[in-house]
Amino acid sequence: MTSIWFNIALFFELLATGGFIIYIIKQEKWVFRCSYWILTAGLVFHTIFLVYRYSILGVFPVLDLKSAFSFFAWAVIVVYLLLNVKFQLMVLGSFVAPFAAFLMLISYTIPGMEGPVKPIFKSLWLSIHVSTIFIGNAFLAIAFLASIMYLIQERHIKKKHFGSFYSRLPSLATLDRINHYAILYGFPFLTAGMITGSIYAQYALGRYWQWDPKEVWSLISWLLYAALLHERLAAGWQGRKAAVMSIACFLVLVFTFLGANLLVGGYHSFSALGAR
Amino acid sequence: MVKIISIGMNHETAPLALRECLAPEADSDRHVLAAMRNMEAIREGLFLSTCNRVEALFTTEDPDQAKKAILTILSELGRIPEERLSASLYTYEDLDAVRHIFTVASSLDSMVVGEPQILGQIKSAYAKAVKEKTSGVILNRLMHKAFHVAKRVRTETGICSSAVSISYAAVELAKKIFHLLKGKKVLLIGAGEMAELAARHLIANGVESISVANRTFERAVQIAKAFDGLPVSFDEIPQQILDADIVITSTASKEFVISHSMVKNLLKKRRNRPLFFIDIAVPRDVEPTVNNLNNVYLYDIDDLRGVIELNMNQRQQEAVKAERIISEEVIKFGKWLKTLKVVPTIISLRNKAETIVQAEIKKSSTALSDLTPAQRQVIEILSRSIVQKVLSDPILFLKGKSDRSTLDLYLDMTRRLFSLDIDGDNT
Repeated sequence: MTSIWFNIALFFELLATGGFIIYIIKQEKWVFRCSYWILTAGLVFHTIFLVYRYSILGVFPVLDLKSAFSFFAWAVIVVYLLLNVKFQLMVLGSFVAPFAAFLMLISYTIPGMEGPVKPIFKSLWLSIHVSTIFIGNAFLAIAFLASIMYLIQERHIKKKHFGSFYSRLPSLATLDRINHYAILYGFPFLTAGMITGSIYAQYALGRYWQWDPKEVWSLISWLLYAALLHERLAAGWQGRKAAVMSIACFLVLVFTFLGANLLVGGYHSFSALGAR
Repeated sequence: MVKIISIGMNHETAPLALRECLAPEADSDRHVLAAMRNMEAIREGLFLSTCNRVEALFTTEDPDQAKKAILTILSELGRIPEERLSASLYTYEDLDAVRHIFTVASSLDSMVVGEPQILGQIKSAYAKAVKEKTSGVILNRLMHKAFHVAKRVRTETGICSSAVSISYAAVELAKKIFHLLKGKKVLLIGAGEMAELAARHLIANGVESISVANRTFERAVQIAKAFDGLPVSFDEIPQQILDADIVITSTASKEFVISHSMVKNLLKKRRNRPLFFIDIAVPRDVEPTVNNLNNVYLYDIDDLRGVIELNMNQRQQEAVKAERIISEEVIKFGKWLKTLKVVPTIISLRNKAETIVQAEIKKSSTALSDLTPAQRQVIEILSRSIVQKVLSDPILFLKGKSDRSTLDLYLDMTRRLFSLDIDGDNT
């Protein structure tokens, strides 16, 4: 399934990653601008690749781990470019681009599965379910990255040791705000993804909920994010605590994505999906 | 020969108490300028007076007399005995004075190196000198060059942008915590030059309001007035911390004014909003463990010094660059000053030539009476340009010698060759 479009997208995203890393070291604005456009070009090719796959499969290309990683990378880049419009935070790219390129590299190395798709997957509900979940995850991933940046910067300021990151990272208030908004925007997508998923399950499997491991873990992550959001909005949680919690939540989410697939099994797992 | 002299005091040479005596008052500048204008010995004068600096810049042909006069003016202005005053004064002459004024204008001599206000203060001091007509050829050029140097230092070096002083460092840190200082509230506890300077910097960076607490309420009122702030009593401090974002402490208290438990109890009510303590006092006012609280950041004076050292290296490089710019400009100015010495001779040379031309044309006026006015004009132009061509080489030669030690010899020879002094030309 490795198509020329995938390779071009991967190439551009790796190039953008290099650019963003040079940017964080050199702090030259034009380097950022170049990297930004290279990343946008990568996104365009990535989109072409996804559309091409969709036209071949007749379903959202997310049914195996390889495609899932690639789609996740796409969603992360889209969300980053959207957030950048609001926050204009250049250094975030230096964290997001490597993250997306990393996802793409994983996708590149693991084998995909070919073959006809079961008719049960050719449903609009599935497409909506998967795309909303991934957009939500992408927001939460960016919240996770912003939280890591926050903890690095907070450590500099608290410990009064000013490493090379101190001048390069933005202020604590900015990072906290990104963390806050990324979760605020991501959470509704996650919720919508779970609801559409259960509607799809009713339509395809006849039951809304069947305690599949991935369902359970999704619910746990959802509850954790709900708790974090509640504490932020109601109790005024912010700063370090919120950042740590955001990181913990995201790790649970990663476990939901990978662990529930690879370790626990269940009908959501790609091996089960692949039995088509 | 005209000398440029600068006499003054700054935060390094004079204690605060003395500077306070000479603190700028409504009409003091005009008064000093008028006094300078009336002094026989002083040709041109400029007077600069800020919170941290008093400076009299003047040109004179009689340095000793002029210096004495300035000392008298300053001592009368501040009502300070001359002996006490002169101990805190520095004096720069000629190119050292030029270098000094360039350094001051570039904000390299400021208490907060790189602070931008000084240039504005110098500009207004110059404007006053122009208005009072105490500024002449040399000071006009010197001041314009000083503005030029300041601009070059600002744009070509990073000296104004890096955290170079404690209060600047505090502002930079506050920005790393709060991003924008707009709308933030400052609580200033105690008094002191450094704390007030830090507060002033925070205000300059957009801080919305400031409250001032002091053991003696009267003093609080006094300080608050300077900042347009709100005076509060010492007992109100916990209540004030509730609203504040940045707290600057600088009291003489031997015990902690702000304890760990006091801040801890306030955090929940503050809804975890970040709180930044700047403790400038020695011994410290804020219990060090406050830094361990979530979203609370405490910096004492040593921590802030650490931040500055971070920039020290960079700053030194930038300072070298700034010094180079200033040296360049001092040399240029020195060259210009020397050409001034040639100017009188060149002028008398030209005057003499012009007199000769006019006299000769007058002599021939009867012979030329048949000519049309246009033809007569051609003859005048012709004779003038011949004279100018003849003089052009000697003049260029003199200008070329203007920065040589042999200049006086050549000037003297020129005056004798053309017998300039016998003509009664009193330049």
